[in-house]
Amino acid sequence: MRPADAAEQVARTSYGRLIALLAASTGDLALAEDALASAFERALSTWPDDGVPANPEGWLLTVARNRQRDTWKSAAHRTSDPLEFAADQVSPLDDLDPEAIGDRRLELLFVCAHPAIDAAIRTPLMLQTVLGFEAAQIAAAFAVPPAAMAQRLVRAKRRIKNTRIPFVVPEPQDRPERVAAVLEAVYGCYAIAGTGDLADEAHYLAVTLAALLPTEPEAWALAALIALSRSRATARDADFVPLDEQNTTRWDRELIAEGESYLRRASGGQPGRFQLEAAIQAVHCDRARTQQTDWPALHTLYSALITIAPTLGAQVALAAVTARIHSPAAGLDALDQLDAETFQPLHATRGELLAQAGRPAEAAAAFTTAASLTTDEALQSYLLGRAATCRR
Amino acid sequence: MRYTLLLHYQEAEPEELGAEVIEEAQRAFAAYARTLHEAGVLIGAEVLQPSANSTTLTMVDGRLRVQDGPFADTREQLGGTVVIDVADLDAAIRWGREAPPVQWGAVEIRPGATYTVEGVWTGNG
Repeated sequence: MRPADAAEQVARTSYGRLIALLAASTGDLALAEDALASAFERALSTWPDDGVPANPEGWLLTVARNRQRDTWKSAAHRTSDPLEFAADQVSPLDDLDPEAIGDRRLELLFVCAHPAIDAAIRTPLMLQTVLGFEAAQIAAAFAVPPAAMAQRLVRAKRRIKNTRIPFVVPEPQDRPERVAAVLEAVYGCYAIAGTGDLADEAHYLAVTLAALLPTEPEAWALAALIALSRSRATARDADFVPLDEQNTTRWDRELIAEGESYLRRASGGQPGRFQLEAAIQAVHCDRARTQQTDWPALHTLYSALITIAPTLGAQVALAAVTARIHSPAAGLDALDQLDAETFQPLHATRGELLAQAGRPAEAAAAFTTAASLTTDEALQSYLLGRAATCRR
Repeated sequence: MRYTLLLHYQEAEPEELGAEVIEEAQRAFAAYARTLHEAGVLIGAEVLQPSANSTTLTMVDGRLRVQDGPFADTREQLGGTVVIDVADLDAAIRWGREAPPVQWGAVEIRPGATYTVEGVWTGNG
């Protein structure tokens, strides 16, 4: 393997693991990132001549540790002013054996989703520290200016270090709430990912999290949800095709099988939010096998979902399923109960149900409103096309 | 690592609160101080007199101005402080949520930067 490829592979599989190890003892994520970046630089300059070391991960960790130590030493040297934070009191990483590299990524994920960290920055923090994304890439995904995102990330990392948020797995009594926050933030990675490389990484992160929390059903359910949702991403080319009209032969069978295996690990006990959402995806995916959609099953799952997580998306979806089982009018009644004038899926669904109910003029208006509420060009042109068909 | 718990709450006259409420609060504060002390984490604690008794000093154009009242005239006032020495923010949050004013106000947890030992500033941590 070429040295550059070897370095890239370690970066892909070990970045978060190394950052977690480097930052765990002091909570200084920014320093850990700098130290690891310089270790990678060194790898790229020395591996081509010296060859790729037998244990590239251990090599990078050792180089990064030395780099950290140099920084601490020079900081201690500079700190003659006693009012300055005393950097000489830490003897970090002495307990770390690079030969037996442990895994502190779970602790790192708990730090990123700590209650003392603003919920809006938790997902970006995970993308950067666990997956190694640049602030600019994260900013693009969140549609905010790069400088603003970079500043928010710096501030959050400073807060982790200065308030001393510990790299620990929370105590059992705090566990459910803290796990929920981590799952939420990992789900956030997927939600903003769309279908690009980021979706791959979010998928990887969810599976990693489940492996680190093997007895947590919701962690497996989240991995299942992401795998199953992604199985249909391949069926969407440039044009938007609604789920019902997608050609199931273009769905990814491997991803469906993967998602189903995770979902089996998630079963048992009271189903949580992600388990229900994954089960809903599994019902849709099942059409690839049976050629039909089990609407009553979807009705049951969505009804359960809105009792524990009454999101607008789930309520609109339940209305659509109700329309399938009973009548478009019943679905429209359910939609009328919702108060969400700026929620695109509500208008798109209303347009569909009005069209089915034989009210084309109102349907066209609803599709036009829906189109005005999305920035996804493929979806927008689909909705405008539906509006035009209704007007004909 | 030292953290200061800043206890903020709305001030009230003793008559408004009633003897029973005051006694209950005093019991809660006494128990809280005892618990912190027995856990070996208490550095010091202080409950302050009402902000009406505050005097605020500022320099205006090079001259000292002495003003009657608190620095910030807000509905909720700093009513007391508790300084604890614990391992990390999780421990500070665990002690902070036991502080009686969580029930009727807010507890702000601020990590200390530096504190004095025998009159000399020493880094926190």
